Amino acid sequence: MADSKDFTAGIDSNAKKSPRRIVFITRRTSAQVKADTEDQIQTFPEVLFRAAVAIQVLAIALVWIALLFNAPLEGLADPSHTPTPAKAPWYFLGLQEMLHYFPPVVAGVLVPGLVVMALIVIPYFKVNIEAEGLFLKDRQRRLRIFYLIATALSVFLLFFKVYAALIPTLIMAGVMLLAAQSSPQSSSAFRRYLAARPLSYWVMTWFLFELVVLTAIGTFFRGPGWSWVWPWQGP
Amino acid sequence: MAITKTIDQYFDDLRETRVWRSIFRSGTGSSTLKRALAIQQNVFLHLFSTKVRTRLLSFSATWYLGTLTLGTFFILIATGIPLMLYYHPSAPQAYADTKDLQFVVSSGMFLRNLHRWSAHCMVFLVFAHMFKVFYRGAYRTPREFNWVIGVILLLMTLLLSYTGYLLPWDQLAYWAITVGSNIASAVPLMGNKIHFLLLGGNAVNANALLRFYVLHCMILPLAAMFFVAIHFWRIRKDGGLYSHSSEPAILRAKALTAETTAEEAQ
Repeated sequence: MADSKDFTAGIDSNAKKSPRRIVFITRRTSAQVKADTEDQIQTFPEVLFRAAVAIQVLAIALVWIALLFNAPLEGLADPSHTPTPAKAPWYFLGLQEMLHYFPPVVAGVLVPGLVVMALIVIPYFKVNIEAEGLFLKDRQRRLRIFYLIATALSVFLLFFKVYAALIPTLIMAGVMLLAAQSSPQSSSAFRRYLAARPLSYWVMTWFLFELVVLTAIGTFFRGPGWSWVWPWQGP
Repeated sequence: MAITKTIDQYFDDLRETRVWRSIFRSGTGSSTLKRALAIQQNVFLHLFSTKVRTRLLSFSATWYLGTLTLGTFFILIATGIPLMLYYHPSAPQAYADTKDLQFVVSSGMFLRNLHRWSAHCMVFLVFAHMFKVFYRGAYRTPREFNWVIGVILLLMTLLLSYTGYLLPWDQLAYWAITVGSNIASAVPLMGNKIHFLLLGGNAVNANALLRFYVLHCMILPLAAMFFVAIHFWRIRKDGGLYSHSSEPAILRAKALTAETTAEEAQ
């Protein structure tokens, strides 16, 4: 215990010359010091060792792939001879598939620009931080908005005959409807899971679904003149 | 006392030498303090926290996707530098060099294969990492800006891969870049200017090859390293790997529930 004098604040005390902090602690408002009881481990050497092992396993796998499969190399670049189809690298084939349906300013500039913007702003929206089940609150209004957006998007995709993007959209809309009919009290664990999914989950999963489907179509199902071919038909 | 020394003791002796001590600031010993110093006192390792929550080391927590992405980046640097030694960024010499790598240079084929497959792997891993982080909700406060840096790194990875795609100067490379760069022309108002700036001409040509080479081997890797350093450093500054149940808000809610239950019990 400190000397009782330490707690007196006289009239002639000068805070500028001898600053003192006095803390009054009452039982109910005591500052809670929460010791982090969670088990922690030293980064050196344990975590670094694990990281090194993970990278080693990856390196071994890639070395095997490099030994077994040769990187493609075609003839010398020839500006006067266009191969058909001329394909971008695989990670841009989703974009190229979109370019098949929409003008370049939409598929090549607007959509990727919006996707990047949407990714950047995710953590700055409170709705994404709180992450409550989409249909748990204000159900009727949110369902109406959902019907409106899902219908508008589907009609738009149908109008431009973008079946490749329409089918994943309809599947996602179906799952979301199931989520709307579910609640945290549902009997099946899957429906409880769906009920708790927030808006950002649905948007991101729809995006992931479209990305995978469009990229796969562009990679495996597009032949001469960007026509539909089956993978086993060959070039 | 045993007369023979164990290997560990030899290592300890080595780490006691003046030369070793002059290089590594952390010194010797395996106490918790020394292990913490080994991270803290190293210019590269100090980007990381000295401690990690044990639970987050499990494979299911992160799938090690960030670590593996860094691994592919290392492989790409290690294979990219030797590839540069055999490569001239001029048309059509670039194609002949690539052919030489395939058929003349010792292990050239292996180097090129490893570089290419690792590049594809890195693009895939970066996407996977992003989705995993999203579904874990690890973009939450105070990690917002690290998520933004992650998006920048995603774009950089795509650009790195895309600029490298042109370098073999074969038909595949030429037309893939032609298709991709034509999209730049679609930008309203200044599309053609951007297209020209990117390629150094109105079509993919020798200037474009040189530009893509400089971007691929110099500008983009340096920029990526810069952002990777910030990305890692921010993980530490923002409180380590994200874990939902260790969030302050969650902990507070838990403490509150515990208090209420305790009061009810009284």
